[in-house]
Amino acid sequence: MMKQILAALVSGFIFGIGLMVSQMTNPDKVLNFLDVTGQWDPSLLLVLGGAVVTTTLFYRRIFLIKTPLLETRFYLPETTVIDRALILGALLFGIGWGLIGYCPGPAIASLGVRFYDPLIAVSAMIVGMIGYQFIFQRKND
Amino acid sequence: MENFTPYSALFGGILIGLGTSLFMLLNGRIAGISGMLKGLLPPSTVLDNSWRVAFVIGLVSAGLAYQTLVPTQSLPVENTSPIILVLGGLLVGFGTAMGSGCTSGHGVCGLSRFSLRSLIATVIFLSTGIVTVYVLRHLI
Repeated sequence: MMKQILAALVSGFIFGIGLMVSQMTNPDKVLNFLDVTGQWDPSLLLVLGGAVVTTTLFYRRIFLIKTPLLETRFYLPETTVIDRALILGALLFGIGWGLIGYCPGPAIASLGVRFYDPLIAVSAMIVGMIGYQFIFQRKND
Repeated sequence: MENFTPYSALFGGILIGLGTSLFMLLNGRIAGISGMLKGLLPPSTVLDNSWRVAFVIGLVSAGLAYQTLVPTQSLPVENTSPIILVLGGLLVGFGTAMGSGCTSGHGVCGLSRFSLRSLIATVIFLSTGIVTVYVLRHLI
């Protein structure tokens, strides 16, 4: 158990350093990326591109092994259906992202950098998540 | 384009990819941050949440460590109105819970697994993000 916890801690730390280096934790930079008709800053395309290419290459190798190194199986999402929840959820998330320039990962990493804005943002995200869960009565797996 | 920072963006993106890959190699899990956060909240009944807590602590300590060791990076001005922060945060939380993922889960992990669901989600949240910023910055 201790090994899995340590592995999650290290993975999260590397992920977080990546967010800091790429300035994903700067909401102004994120909003400048979304501002395609204004002072457009394409940096985030390279962040996403760099992350996706790296992950794709490693995932291909990783999925060749039977089980992950510290667990008995891979825990992958099994849903493939394109439903209204997926579309409406992504739509609402994008509006919120465009309002504040924070998505969950960078907002959480920013808690270690500055206080008021990320704290308000993360608290509101938590309330939004709990609100969704209670409205739709869905059990998380 | 004067704000374009291609090298740090690419390097940071690769680090995000390495963290995501390491997590799959060791723990066999998707590095989806909104999913982890959701799993920590009621009414989740998951008993073992320690890895979620650990990943989140890793994220926060990375922010703290990087800002301490590389203080040259200027901090963004905290000038967003609290009302906007609350409204935006609520939408991000509600939307990622409903759509089962955010920039990390759908954007990075999902696209890397060639998931159609994630591709559709990513296109949609990028589009509505762009429209929202357009309305806020150029129409209002």
